[in-house]
Amino acid sequence: MSDGNARPLPAVDYLKIPEDGEPYLEGSKCGACGAVYLGSRQVCSRCAARDQMESIRLADTGTLYTYAIVHRSFPGVDVPFVSAVVDLDGGGTVKGNLMDIEPDPDKIQFGMPVQVVFRDALGRKDKEGNSYLSYFFVPRG
Amino acid sequence: MSSDVYVVGVDMIKFGRFPERSVPDLGAEAALMALDDAGLTIKDMQALYCGNLYQANAMVGQRILQQIGQTGIPVVNCANACATGATAFREAWMAVKAEVYDVVLAVGVEQMGKGLLGGGGGGSGIPKEGLLGGGTMPTVFAEAGMEHARKYGTTFEQFAKVSVKNHHHSTLNPKAMYQIETPLPEVMNAEMISYPNTKLMCSVNVDGSAAAVLCSERKVRELGLMKRAVKVRASVLTSDPWQERDLVMPDVNTCTRMAAQEAYERAGVGPEDIDLVELHDCFATAEILHYENLRLCGEGEAGRFIDEGQPALGGKTPVNVSGGLLSKGHPLGATGIANIYEVATHLRGEAGKRQVKDARIGLTHVIGLGSACGIHILEKSG
Ligand SMILES: [Zn+2]
Repeated sequence: MSDGNARPLPAVDYLKIPEDGEPYLEGSKCGACGAVYLGSRQVCSRCAARDQMESIRLADTGTLYTYAIVHRSFPGVDVPFVSAVVDLDGGGTVKGNLMDIEPDPDKIQFGMPVQVVFRDALGRKDKEGNSYLSYFFVPRG
Repeated sequence: MSSDVYVVGVDMIKFGRFPERSVPDLGAEAALMALDDAGLTIKDMQALYCGNLYQANAMVGQRILQQIGQTGIPVVNCANACATGATAFREAWMAVKAEVYDVVLAVGVEQMGKGLLGGGGGGSGIPKEGLLGGGTMPTVFAEAGMEHARKYGTTFEQFAKVSVKNHHHSTLNPKAMYQIETPLPEVMNAEMISYPNTKLMCSVNVDGSAAAVLCSERKVRELGLMKRAVKVRASVLTSDPWQERDLVMPDVNTCTRMAAQEAYERAGVGPEDIDLVELHDCFATAEILHYENLRLCGEGEAGRFIDEGQPALGGKTPVNVSGGLLSKGHPLGATGIANIYEVATHLRGEAGKRQVKDARIGLTHVIGLGSACGIHILEKSG
């Protein structure tokens, strides 16, 4: 049941919400080759090493690698929005919405610094009425 | 050294929307056309390789035989995203190459709905589309195109020119879904789906089927079919190797480059020997990437390549003279065999108004996102 005071749930399993402290994105780093992944995993798909994965806290800053400006999507999805692929500082690549910027190719620069922010999941709730916390990117600096 | 494998019969139905027909019915039509093209019957076939994606669990190959002749031959049903048809063709090729069979049939068929493919995200909780970026196919390929723009300054206009070209080509192909010219302003001003792909820069979801009869060299000679036979010089399939960003950004480049390298080596030819190419233009942005991936031009030169009209009919290496997925249409499971039909038709000198002059060697390419890349190099033999 929905509970006004309930803590939001994470929108994806690699978003961690500690009891005390700020939300963050969790990744894994391969101890054998250094490859960085989102979330947790057992085996490295780059070098196939097993049981070498170390859980890491991914950075909340990064740079815009590439993007698309989505004007048509599924029913109920607000458009336009900027679908952004962001390389996080220190490793790991994440996809998400780039917010607080005009959805105009003239306003968006490749390589621009972005901040990862954690906000309510655009008002989306599950069947039980639970709220969710998601991550987004905003221009930095 | 095993002997060569030949295509002795190949055809496709005119792509379109046939909601009143069944998948096996569409597949059976192409199968019969390919058999007729070879002058053979289902009773001559020793195995059937059937490619279909959306009914992958529904024994489509057997249901085709239930329409055209239940001879009891082995049937393999395959699904490999948009590389499904090419995978079925390659399974057929391998069986003949391995000398298990002399004559086999490959069929690719698909019945599509309208609308966007991809996205969704699935899983529990809340819908993810538009929350964690976009996952629709136009978005994924827009991001891949913008990666090229980032590296080389490729422009929206250059991407759009691909669509102008392929729509123009399709006016010469009676089997294409559309035969309509789309001038540059029309392409660029069409509804924006995912920048930089407008609606006219997205492949057309259509129903369709295509089929091919593959034959060992010995059998081709025995049947007296060498005159119109087309030799398979290379058949290659790859999956995507690890790349830094591939878990959030499907990589269609590396698997294509690997497949192209292997195909050129196996065929003993280079890109300069290729007279025409049917490549996977699921979106206009994708075609630009594949000019370089297939080495039709140098690194970073794809924008200039399209500006100079080199991939147009009459240019250096005509690309998608069928109209491509953008205008001929893209029935997923049929696409990989339909592009073999197109190239084979040119090598036979039977392509009519869109004939690539003196074509001797052609290349087909498909990408199934996720990813699978299939490349075939075909050569005129008669
Ligand atoms: Zn590793």
